[in-house]
Amino acid sequence: MAANPMYQFNVYRIGPEIKIGDVDLSFTNASLFMVISSFVILLIFNLGAKKNRLVPNKIQLLSELSYSFVSKMISDTAGTKAKPYFSFIFSLFMFVLFCNMLGMIPYSFTVTSHIIVTFVLAAFIFVGVTIIGFIKHGFGYLKLFVPSGVPMVLLPLIVIIEIISYLSRPISLSVRLFANMMAGHTMMKVFGGFVVSLGIVGGWLPLGFSVALTGLEILVAFLQAYVFAILTCIYLNDALNLHH
Amino acid sequence: MFKKVTLIILVAATITSSKVIGAESGGMPQLDPEFWISQIFWLVLTFGLLYIILSKFILPGISKNLENRKSQIVENIETADKQRLESEKLNKEYEKVILDSKLKAKTIINNAKKKLINDINKKQELLQNEIDKEIKSAEKEIKILIDESPAKINQIAIDTSSDLLKQLIGAEVNKSNISAIVEDLSRKRNGQVS
Repeated sequence: MAANPMYQFNVYRIGPEIKIGDVDLSFTNASLFMVISSFVILLIFNLGAKKNRLVPNKIQLLSELSYSFVSKMISDTAGTKAKPYFSFIFSLFMFVLFCNMLGMIPYSFTVTSHIIVTFVLAAFIFVGVTIIGFIKHGFGYLKLFVPSGVPMVLLPLIVIIEIISYLSRPISLSVRLFANMMAGHTMMKVFGGFVVSLGIVGGWLPLGFSVALTGLEILVAFLQAYVFAILTCIYLNDALNLHH
Repeated sequence: MFKKVTLIILVAATITSSKVIGAESGGMPQLDPEFWISQIFWLVLTFGLLYIILSKFILPGISKNLENRKSQIVENIETADKQRLESEKLNKEYEKVILDSKLKAKTIINNAKKKLINDINKKQELLQNEIDKEIKSAEKEIKILIDESPAKINQIAIDTSSDLLKQLIGAEVNKSNISAIVEDLSRKRNGQVS
């Protein structure tokens, strides 16, 4: 039964069924890994923030390097105006990163391999960025869809394209993360299945592939979290510094 | 490239797995809406809590730590700079003191030398003076002696000649006669000499 490469993405209930009205809010394995990820993040950064030594120990160094990494990423892409959103982007980056990384542990569950999770995150970012844009620039934010220096004839077409590309942002953002995670894990499962079915004689090649893929997937896990965060920064930059 | 390969493998995997296992339902569990609401609920809950705790308690701490370290490093560098300047100043002063003391030692030595030379010169002069005086007095004495000698010689000559005459002749000869002769002789000799 576990040979089905899609089986690993099954969501099942852990513990009792929790229902509020007609809505099922049961605690599932997905919820469990969300909780674990959040808890691990809080644990690491709490330890890293508590001790304040002049020469940091490993965990303090880790948290401080992450802090400056995200801080630099934001200031590079969105400028100094994005400082108030640092906490959100930091949490987002860490949450996605830890969900991806925890998914790399065998027999664990990858929260970000579910479209609904990534889509909710992306939709929240999209709505938030749009609201920030309208608050900062009023209806002037609509200028985002009208690039300067375009001939009048092409303008309607360009505006339509811009609007479509803007509206497709949450979809591209969420599908990118979800598809990468799902594809990687499926591929690993498939190669793992080959190892078993080809046995001791021919199983070595897929085993080697599996090992290589694990390395690649760890890279992808980091990279996708980074891409998710940096695209958020870029969208935020559009909303904060309107210059087209 | 990577995505293409992934897609091909994915398709192959679904086909083979559904063929081999005759799977119950090959579809993606992600598209099953049974637990969507639950996932959204738990995502909002966990991520919200994560965000609140991170932004309220943890991130300010880290940022404070970083700033403290930065300011401490800057401070340390400043103090180090200050101390370096101070030590440079002290070094200069020390060198100046050494130079001054060298100059002083030189002047002291020079003064001592001059004094010594002066003393020596003075003593030499004094000695010279004394020597000169003594030489002069000796010369005077010699001169006196020289001046007196002809008269004495004459007297002696007169006495001896008178004594000789007395013995030879046995008669007293007038002394004035003899002295006249002696004086005449001595004058003649002196004239020859000078």
